[in-house]
Amino acid sequence: MPGNQSNTRTIKIDMMARVEGEGALNVTVKDGQVQDVQLRIFEPPRFFEAFLQGRHVNEVPDIVARICGICPVAYQMSAVHALERIFGVEIPPAIRHLRRLLYCGEWIESHVLHIYMLQAPDFMGFASGLDMARVHPDLVKQGLRLKKAGNQLLTLLGGRSVHPVSVMIGGFSQVPTKDQLHGLKDDLRWARDAAVKTLQWVSGFAFEDPEQDYTFLALRDPAEYPMNTGSLVTNKSHHLNVSEFEDHFHEEQVPYSTALHCTFQGQSYLTGPLARLALNHDQLSPFTKKIFAETGLSLPFKRASMGIVARSVEVLYALDEALRIIEEYDPPPSPSVPVIIKAGTGVAATEAPRGVLYHRFQVNEDETIQLAKIVPPTSQNQRRIEDDLRNMLPGLLHLSDAETASKCERHIRSYDPCISCATHFLKFTKEELPTSPQI
Amino acid sequence: MLETHISPSRKRPRVAVVKFASCDGCQLSILNLEDDLLELGAAIDIAYFPEASSDMQAGPYDIAFVEGSITCPEDLPRILELRQQTTTLITIGACATSGGIQALRNWSDIEAFKRAVYPNPEYIQSLSTSTPISEHVPVDYELWGCPIDKQQLLRVVTDLLQGVKPRLATHSVCFDCKREGHICVLVAKGLPCLGPVTRMGCGAICPSMGRDCYGCFGPAEHDSDQPPGVPPNTESLAQQFHQRLQLIPVEMVRRFRGITGSVQSFSKESDAWESK
Repeated sequence: MPGNQSNTRTIKIDMMARVEGEGALNVTVKDGQVQDVQLRIFEPPRFFEAFLQGRHVNEVPDIVARICGICPVAYQMSAVHALERIFGVEIPPAIRHLRRLLYCGEWIESHVLHIYMLQAPDFMGFASGLDMARVHPDLVKQGLRLKKAGNQLLTLLGGRSVHPVSVMIGGFSQVPTKDQLHGLKDDLRWARDAAVKTLQWVSGFAFEDPEQDYTFLALRDPAEYPMNTGSLVTNKSHHLNVSEFEDHFHEEQVPYSTALHCTFQGQSYLTGPLARLALNHDQLSPFTKKIFAETGLSLPFKRASMGIVARSVEVLYALDEALRIIEEYDPPPSPSVPVIIKAGTGVAATEAPRGVLYHRFQVNEDETIQLAKIVPPTSQNQRRIEDDLRNMLPGLLHLSDAETASKCERHIRSYDPCISCATHFLKFTKEELPTSPQI
Repeated sequence: MLETHISPSRKRPRVAVVKFASCDGCQLSILNLEDDLLELGAAIDIAYFPEASSDMQAGPYDIAFVEGSITCPEDLPRILELRQQTTTLITIGACATSGGIQALRNWSDIEAFKRAVYPNPEYIQSLSTSTPISEHVPVDYELWGCPIDKQQLLRVVTDLLQGVKPRLATHSVCFDCKREGHICVLVAKGLPCLGPVTRMGCGAICPSMGRDCYGCFGPAEHDSDQPPGVPPNTESLAQQFHQRLQLIPVEMVRRFRGITGSVQSFSKESDAWESK
C-alpha cells in the first residue's frame, strides 16, 4: 500500500495470527531503504507488577500464573525460587525433581502447540493446524496427542494444565504417588516415539531466512539441561550470576509497544530454545543426542525459523527426562518443607518455554510484596526480532507488500512470541491503532 | 439471558474466538481439547480465531467466544461491533465474565499503577477499571473459571449444535467436593477455603490437591432458574474465617479480592472488611 509520500512505502501487519496475544508490525521504507521496523504490541496492559504490591507472599504463585495461560508454570517457578531465596528455604531433591517434571510438562505442551498448530502450517502451506488436519489428519492427531502428554503431566502434578494449583513456596500442596506417576509411563513412551518422528519431520523443512549473528542468552547449570537453576551465559563468553541480571540487562520503553524492550549491554539478544540448545546441547540425554545427530543438522542454529527444530529437540528431551524422573521417583516425606517468611529481596531466573524469565521480589515485614519486577522472555526478544527483520528486509523488497508482510509475519511467528506475557502491563497510543476490519 | 439458539438446520455455525485483556489461557483451553478438537473443527466453521488461524474472516458470526475483559478505550467499539455481528455471544473465563484479576485495579489509582510499571506513564492509555463484557453488551451465556473448564465449553457447543439451550449448573464447589469424597480442607486443615461460596465447574481441583479453593470460578448462585439467583452467603463464611481461623480484616480483604474479586458477592465482602 502506498505511503503518504510517493517514495515512501509502508508495509503493515495489522493483526498477527498464530501468536499468543495481540501484535502488529509496521515497516517504513524510504527511497528503497528500510527506515523503521516496529513490532507493535498493542495487547492491553494488566499491571501485574503493580497489583502484586500488598499481596501476601503465599498468594504470589496463584497470581503470577495468570500472566500467561501458555506458560503459567514458568511464572510460578521463577516466583517461588525468588521468594525461597529470601526465606532461605532448602528444597529437598524429591521436590526439586517434581518441579522439573512439572516444567517438562509445560515445555512439552507449549512447544508442541507451537510446532504443530502455529509454526508448521507455514512450512506446510496452511492457514492453521485445523486446515492442515484436513489434508494430514494423522499428522495433526499425532501432534495433539503429543501435546496432551505434556498436559497429562501438568494435570497430575498441578490439578489442571492451565494455571495449575499445587505449586507453593516450599514445595507442593500435594505430590503424586509412585503409582500415579508410573501410570503415565505408557503414554509418555508413546509420546517419546512421536517426538522422534516430529523431530525427523521438522528437520526436513526448508529454512530460507538468512543467518543472523545472534547473541544467545540462556541459563547453564553444570549438572543438567537448564530449567529451574543455573547462571546466565552467552555464546560471546559472558558468564553472569542471576543476581547481576539488572546490572547488564535494561528494560526501556518505546512509544509504539506496550511491552518494554530489554537489551543486554545496549544490544539485542536472543533467548529461548535456539539459545538453550546452542549453549547446553552437551547436556541433552544420550537418546536425544543420538536422534538429533541423525538429522544431520549442526549447531548452533543461526536462523530463527529453525526454532521449530530446537523446540522438537527439547520436546524429545523433556519426554526422556520425564521418564527418567518418574523411574527414579520416591515421594518426599512431606509435599512441602516448612517456610519461615521474612523481609528481604530475592531474585531468580528460570527457563520458560520461550526463554529466560527473571523475577525480583521485595518482601515486607508483614509478609506482603513491597515490589515486584518481572522480565519475560518475549520482551527480551523483541529488539532482536526487529533487528532480524531489518537485516532480512532488503532481500524482500522486490516482493509485493503482501508477500513481504507475510514473510515478516512468518519470521516473527518463528520466535513463538508470547505477547500476553510481554505486555507487562501497558498500552501506547502515540501511533494509531489498527484500522483493519479485525475485531 | 437472551433466547438465542443456533438453528439446527444450519450445519456448521460460523464461530469467532475474540480476545480482550487476558492471558490466553481460555483460548488455549479450546486448543487443549486434544481428543475432540478435530471433530469440533469439523462440526463448526472457525471463521475468526487469530491465535489458531491466519484465515481471519469478517462477521457475521453465529457464535462468538469472548476471552478477556474491557480495559482500554479501544475495546469499547470492538465489543459493540462484535455484539452486532454475533447471534450468540458467550464469554469464556474469569476475565470476560467478571473483569478478571486485572480488575484489582478497580480499587487502585490507575495512574499510580502506570507509574509503578512504566518509566513514561504518559504513553499509556488504559481505563481506570477492568470490566466484564456483560457490563457493555448483552451476553447470552457465561462460562466461568480461570481458566474455563474445557469440557464445560464442549458441552455448551454441543448443546448449541443440537439446538438445545445450554444450561450451566451454578451450585457451589462444596457439593462437587463432597460428591467426590475429598477431605474438607476447611474443617480438617483449617484452610480458608472459598469452596462453599464458589461456583462449581472445576471439579473441586484445589481441595483434591490438598489446598483451599481461591474462588476462580466466581460466586455460586442458588435458585438460578429464576435469575437473578440467590447469592452465596459470603458473610457467614467470612465470619467463620474470622472467628475460627483467626483471619484478620486485611486477610479477609485479600481472600475475597482475588481473581473474581470484582463480582458483587465477593466485592461487597472485601469492601465490608476493608472498612473494619
